Amino acid sequence: MGYVLSKEAFDEVLGKLSEDFLLYSPVRKIGEGCYTDVDVVRYDFVKSLDEIELEAKSNYAFKELLTPLSQTLFFFTENETKEADSDTRDVIIFLRSCDMHAVKRLDAIYLENKFADPFYERVRKRVKFALIGCGHSFENCFCVSMKSNVTTDGYLFSLDFDRDAGQVSCDVKDEDIAKLFEEAGASAADVVPSSVTENDTKVTVPDVVPNAVYKDKLWDEYTARCIKCGRCNFVCPTCTCYTMQDIFYTDNGRVGERRRVGSSCMVDGYTNVAGGGEYRRTNGERMRFKTLHKIYDFSKRFGYDMCVGCGRCDDVCPEYISFANIINKVNAAAKAAAAGEGGAQHD
Amino acid sequence: MSKDINTKVLKKNAFRYSKVRGETASRIRIPGGVINAQSMAKIAEVAEKFGDGTIFLTNRQGVEIPGIAMEDIPEVNKAIQSIIDDSGVNQAERDKGYPAAGTRNVVACPGKRLCPFGCFDTTDFARKMDKMVFPNNLHVKIAFTGCSNDCAKVRMDDFGIIGMTEPQYDPSRCVSCEQCIKYCRIRSVGALSLVNGKVVRDTNLCIGCGVCVAYCPTRAWTRSKEHYFRLVLLGRTGKKNPRLAEDFIKWADEQSILDIVKNAYAYVEEYIDPNALEGKEHIGYIVDRTGFDEFLKWIMRDVKLNEKAEVASRVYWSGKHYDRSNELK
Ligand code: SF4
Ligand code: SF4
Ligand code: SF4
Ligand code: SF4
Ligand code: SF4
Repeated sequence: MGYVLSKEAFDEVLGKLSEDFLLYSPVRKIGEGCYTDVDVVRYDFVKSLDEIELEAKSNYAFKELLTPLSQTLFFFTENETKEADSDTRDVIIFLRSCDMHAVKRLDAIYLENKFADPFYERVRKRVKFALIGCGHSFENCFCVSMKSNVTTDGYLFSLDFDRDAGQVSCDVKDEDIAKLFEEAGASAADVVPSSVTENDTKVTVPDVVPNAVYKDKLWDEYTARCIKCGRCNFVCPTCTCYTMQDIFYTDNGRVGERRRVGSSCMVDGYTNVAGGGEYRRTNGERMRFKTLHKIYDFSKRFGYDMCVGCGRCDDVCPEYISFANIINKVNAAAKAAAAGEGGAQHD
Repeated sequence: MSKDINTKVLKKNAFRYSKVRGETASRIRIPGGVINAQSMAKIAEVAEKFGDGTIFLTNRQGVEIPGIAMEDIPEVNKAIQSIIDDSGVNQAERDKGYPAAGTRNVVACPGKRLCPFGCFDTTDFARKMDKMVFPNNLHVKIAFTGCSNDCAKVRMDDFGIIGMTEPQYDPSRCVSCEQCIKYCRIRSVGALSLVNGKVVRDTNLCIGCGVCVAYCPTRAWTRSKEHYFRLVLLGRTGKKNPRLAEDFIKWADEQSILDIVKNAYAYVEEYIDPNALEGKEHIGYIVDRTGFDEFLKWIMRDVKLNEKAEVASRVYWSGKHYDRSNELK
């Protein structure tokens, strides 16, 4: 069911939806970026269309709702534990096509990876989606290469806003929600959520990465360039790593809480083990691990790549390291290695 | 015809007294250190046409065009009018050049326009300040710097304004990566520590440089909506007692800074040595004479400091007193 409606009528629909759902969307946070008077676009709860940032790609992804940056799982005393209370309201997350594809990756890791993570499952059950039509590629996007540029299902409704005409077009998949659109006086129309067909940035993911690539000197460059800040991981819609913390309250060390906080394979400490060992010391090694996880190892287990090509890692990197470019370098190295190995067989 | 030139008038018109007899240099005022490329081209044109083809870049972000014949001053003043218009400097009469030279060019580091650490628009504030104080013949130096790095060396000025931000912490976004702690320690003062997985800021030690905000990968640290300033007072170079400016207020707001500087001009008018050579006396020496309390009374008159501002109860300066001893230790 497709609908076209005025901005005001759409806000009416959002108002109705707010009675049953929290609405979680990209929001422009004025002056909350890294630098003075620079904004950041990240997810937060909204009530109306005006609050939703539709012009810019969000700097941080929607995943913060599903996998919070910092979450108290339970409290403990000497003999007992109590699970932390959690919100029970349903949520509609507004996201673009690349991020819709990222949801599938998060589900794979947290629900389909041998056993389901109860904390993820708990929040995931409450979540529905609204697709933000994505009519033009942003800087660094490469969703077309990663086949995440089009989304045809999995959402309650889609949203394309023509600011000049003051008109919203929605492809509505859900009957109950379609009623809300009709009540708001929306007129029926054929609506296909907009999507991009080409990005300036293109990558080629190698089918096979020979072992020689793990030792390739292409990684050394990143040992020198990368400052292991982890921003590329924290903004990524598909990075799922976390770490656990047991906190003992300072004024009573017998009680405390267990927290789960976001983690990053690029920052110090990630591969530290008891006894002072550290598996990946250099930033180049960390980059290799991250890259191959995103475009090779994950796919060996689940059948599709982890990276969805949203390009946020390239947007955020303070050292102007391009992950897209790394993928292409790995592809070239993989080709060269395969040719080299092939040649060796002829000798 | 022999030359008959009033050098006092010439100097006030922002032309320099040169050791080369009959020559002068035009001093271009660039408050906040930014002019457009057209003005730069005009400077080059004037240097070619009236000067010796060279341009001197001053320590205070001004430009001097040397090698100008004194009789060309009226023509040069006409030629530099477009530069004065561009830089927005107050003027008494068009085509007559600058109306004063005493209060020196107001300096600014690149600040937030360019620098990742800049806490405010230094050029903008410098221009606002210039609009307020210029033209003025009192010998006053004011400088703005975007953060506590003090790239503009404002501690050598009478009034040094240093940008500050009050870091805002959202523990729910903090993943305990400790980068803020590390960079505060390495690049700044080490005001942060980790307690039970969350970051604690020593509010007394924190200088408001914003390094933690710049390095936080999750936006757990953000900048305060308000821009704050540290005001340092009465630094100076010179022969008698060169010294660094000392802290007077931290976490001050913009209006208070403007009011204080304005008041300081009134104080100098009142107390400057009437016999000061060429009407020039560094404020610091006047304060040495009247005592700090009198200075304080004047500069804080009708200043409505923002609530957050903290004021020093006493300010002490050091530096070498060459008028007392020239001995090396
Ligand atoms: S990666 Fe594709 S879907 Fe995602 S924001 Fe960019 S253009 Fe839109
Ligand atoms: S954002 Fe850039 S510098 Fe930071 S860890 Fe990632 S690649 Fe390295
Ligand atoms: S003082 Fe601060 S803002 Fe100004 S240039 Fe230096 S580091 Fe940048
Ligand atoms: S603003 Fe304060 S806490 Fe942050 S880096 Fe600077 S001194 Fe440290
Ligand atoms: S840099 Fe940010 S996320 Fe890391 S410890 Fe500091 S506040 Fe927390």
